[in-house]
Amino acid sequence: MSTYTAHFRVWRGDADGGGLRDYRVEVHDGEVVLDIIHRLQATQAGDLAVRWNCKAGKCGSCSAEVNGRPRLMCMTRMSVFGRDETITVTPMRTFPVVRDLVTDVSFNYDKAREVPSFVPPEGVAPGEYRMLQEDVERSQEFRKCIECFLCQDTCHVVRDHEENKKAFAGPRFLMRVAELDMHPLDAAEEQGLDRKRSAQDEHGLGYCNITKCCTEVCPEHIKITDNALIPLKERAVDRKYDPLVWLGDKIRRRT
Amino acid sequence: MAQVERHAYDVVVVGAGGAGLRAAIEAREQGMRTAVICKSLFGKAHTVMAEGGIAASMANVNPHDNWQVHFRDTMRGGKFLNQWRMAELHAREAPDRVWELETWGALFDRTKDGRISQRNFGGHEYPRLAHVGDRTGLELIRTLQQKIVSLQQEDHREHGDYEARLKVFQECTVTRVLKEDEGGGTEESAGRGRGGKVSGVFGYVRESGRFFVIEAPAVVLATGGIGKSFKVTSNSWEYTGDGHALALLAGAPLINMEFVQFHPTGMVWPPSVKGILVTESVRGDGGVLRNSEGKRFMFDYVPDVFKEKYAQSEDEGDRWYEDPDNNRRPPELLPRDEVARAINSEVKAGRGSPHGGVFLDVSTRLSAEVIRRKLPSMHHQFKELADVDITAEAMEVGPTCHYVMGGVDVDPDTAAATGVPGLFAAGEVAGGMHGSNRLGGNSLSDLLVFGRRAGLHAAEYTAGLGGARPAVVEWQVDAAAAEALRPFSAEAETVPDGVPENPYTLHQELQQTMNDLVGIIRRQGEMEEALTRLDALRVRARRAGVEGHRQFNPGWHLAIDLRNMLLVSECVARAALERTESRGGHTRDDHPAMDRRWRKLNLVCELSDPADAFGEVSVGRREMDPIRPDLLALFEKDELLKYLTDEELDR
Repeated sequence: MSTYTAHFRVWRGDADGGGLRDYRVEVHDGEVVLDIIHRLQATQAGDLAVRWNCKAGKCGSCSAEVNGRPRLMCMTRMSVFGRDETITVTPMRTFPVVRDLVTDVSFNYDKAREVPSFVPPEGVAPGEYRMLQEDVERSQEFRKCIECFLCQDTCHVVRDHEENKKAFAGPRFLMRVAELDMHPLDAAEEQGLDRKRSAQDEHGLGYCNITKCCTEVCPEHIKITDNALIPLKERAVDRKYDPLVWLGDKIRRRT
Repeated sequence: MAQVERHAYDVVVVGAGGAGLRAAIEAREQGMRTAVICKSLFGKAHTVMAEGGIAASMANVNPHDNWQVHFRDTMRGGKFLNQWRMAELHAREAPDRVWELETWGALFDRTKDGRISQRNFGGHEYPRLAHVGDRTGLELIRTLQQKIVSLQQEDHREHGDYEARLKVFQECTVTRVLKEDEGGGTEESAGRGRGGKVSGVFGYVRESGRFFVIEAPAVVLATGGIGKSFKVTSNSWEYTGDGHALALLAGAPLINMEFVQFHPTGMVWPPSVKGILVTESVRGDGGVLRNSEGKRFMFDYVPDVFKEKYAQSEDEGDRWYEDPDNNRRPPELLPRDEVARAINSEVKAGRGSPHGGVFLDVSTRLSAEVIRRKLPSMHHQFKELADVDITAEAMEVGPTCHYVMGGVDVDPDTAAATGVPGLFAAGEVAGGMHGSNRLGGNSLSDLLVFGRRAGLHAAEYTAGLGGARPAVVEWQVDAAAAEALRPFSAEAETVPDGVPENPYTLHQELQQTMNDLVGIIRRQGEMEEALTRLDALRVRARRAGVEGHRQFNPGWHLAIDLRNMLLVSECVARAALERTESRGGHTRDDHPAMDRRWRKLNLVCELSDPADAFGEVSVGRREMDPIRPDLLALFEKDELLKYLTDEELDR
């Protein structure tokens, strides 16, 4: 329980390139990696770029890779590392670097816009929505998401495959489709929108081969794969291979 | 002439928290081309940290609730200093604002019969807070964010462009509100101060450092609070009082700046998380406060004005959770100012916890399973950050700077700022609604009610101008650019020792000054000392210098934010020095009593010389409008006697 000097290696640079830079920096009791980054800013590197906001694991701004693992810097305690250990902090690899630890995460905002929004049920006035707790809980789990984009960062479908980005929404936004699909009052289907099918056909659900990397890095401990993606896959498949659905589709298409 | 990007919109909203997004949705739905500007990424605003819930008298849990009861609670919580018309509108409109969120996809926790569940909170007579576990703010932000996306999808279908009518400029900072030229056309004669109409905003893109101007006749300030001027705070880095300062610099006055809420329960250990919020829901759901002797000390701190409303014994307080109709609530649920002062006194008396707080215990009150379900993010936060399992042991907590009741002086119905046509303010940056102290849960409802009103009236204002839009004046753009660039050249060459000041150091000194000298308990001598130190900091801030270049440079951003923090800090200190009584979020050691003669007085802060951004602030007194008789009639006369003077009551 005291102060010591840690060895940090922080990626410095911008879109044109850069590299790891070494720092010796003080660490106090109870601190997290973000505290150390802030100390570097205040004492040695005033222009070190980093995103952060709430510093309490609630906003999902300070995502980076600490010793190669995608994490929130504000929720990574220094006590999990040995005092002699070199701590390497790099920007999220899946997104283009802007500067230092800041990346261009616009991919995620683009994907968010491609998921059709909640469709309110017709004829139900505001104040008249009735839903049971057990029915909202499934979607509520997914709405815990703080959009830190660590799942998007770690997902191997896009992590080293820029070419897949166009067709693949990533775990966060496939989970958003699942969330809306499980919303007790979402009326998308009545409007002719099949969310399961769109997950498959438009958001690249098929690329996911359920390795659960996303679940592992989720700071909110959301079971993205088990509770969102797999059920979505099952239902999408049910529909695709259900002979009645197949027949119905055929008939409807003809009329 | 400075290199700047130019855009033009009908309405510009500065800030993308609850109030800003709600304002933007409204302005866009009124048909206005709307821009939202925010310092962080879209969806990261400080609103995500709100935990407890949204106060609205939907009466889903207790059928006796209605807007009148909510109004009464709000006025009591604010010690009757509230702008009563705002408190009335807020109480009347909050339920509709919550229900509307459901139509946009929000998923609140439910009652057994499927309605929105409501929880107890300090100062609210009935269970009133719509919530989602203890992450209500996140649900609010996400719902509004997704509503904005759905509007953009509409535009995409219609115009082939998501941003045709509603665009979010994320990671951008506004440094000036621009105003029309009032004649003369020179820096000396024009636009310098009061009266002129808004013509747009000037700002910079954080990522690139590039400057931009958005021409717009209506600007809604929704920038939140000022907590980053204090050392121990629950507020995020964005809370640098930007909107407060932008209003002052544009010539709009601030009111009630002496009232700063210290939330009673922030984390106290480890040091790096000191100040992070521990939600009031912990107490609302049964958590109790104890000192080092194991005593529930809050029973000793029930003030006279609240004596009849709170339990006198632990047994009664405990029974209230199950049978609220026949028992009074435990004193842990007093308004925040009372609880924060009580904790402060216990610690000072030597009955604190090992790290200088008191104990907040829920582990002996609820089962581990219930705690994990009702307070999941508190459980997570303590586990991850302090290595404390709140299902098994007590938390250590102490007061943390949480909220500023003071803000831009606005018209209660339209949210229009006083004295600057085209400027509007909503949410924490607006003053008046909460009086001297805000009740928990009334913030999120405030954001929605007045965010919508600000968006609506900004849209109407713009529509009313027709084609006659105020023009942006070039010298103002150049002056704003020069001001923003100053930290790169600093005034280093002109000062004797030639050393630029480190903005981080200045910020730390400012935070220490405000924390120590204008904090939860105030004294005349200390506040005078604070003003002396603020003077010195202002001089040094002129030479705050930074290295590197303009691309995503946090040192530079901080140097620019310092101007705002210093301005609002001075407002807080000057107003606090002026008000010689104790009320709500303003406690004077040297004037410990509440004084009825101060009840109807607002302190109004203005910039002495609007041309000098590092200049002095002047404080004036203004009488409030008398409370409307039908609203006064909601209270018993005996209660009113505690707050209003005899002459006011005789009227």
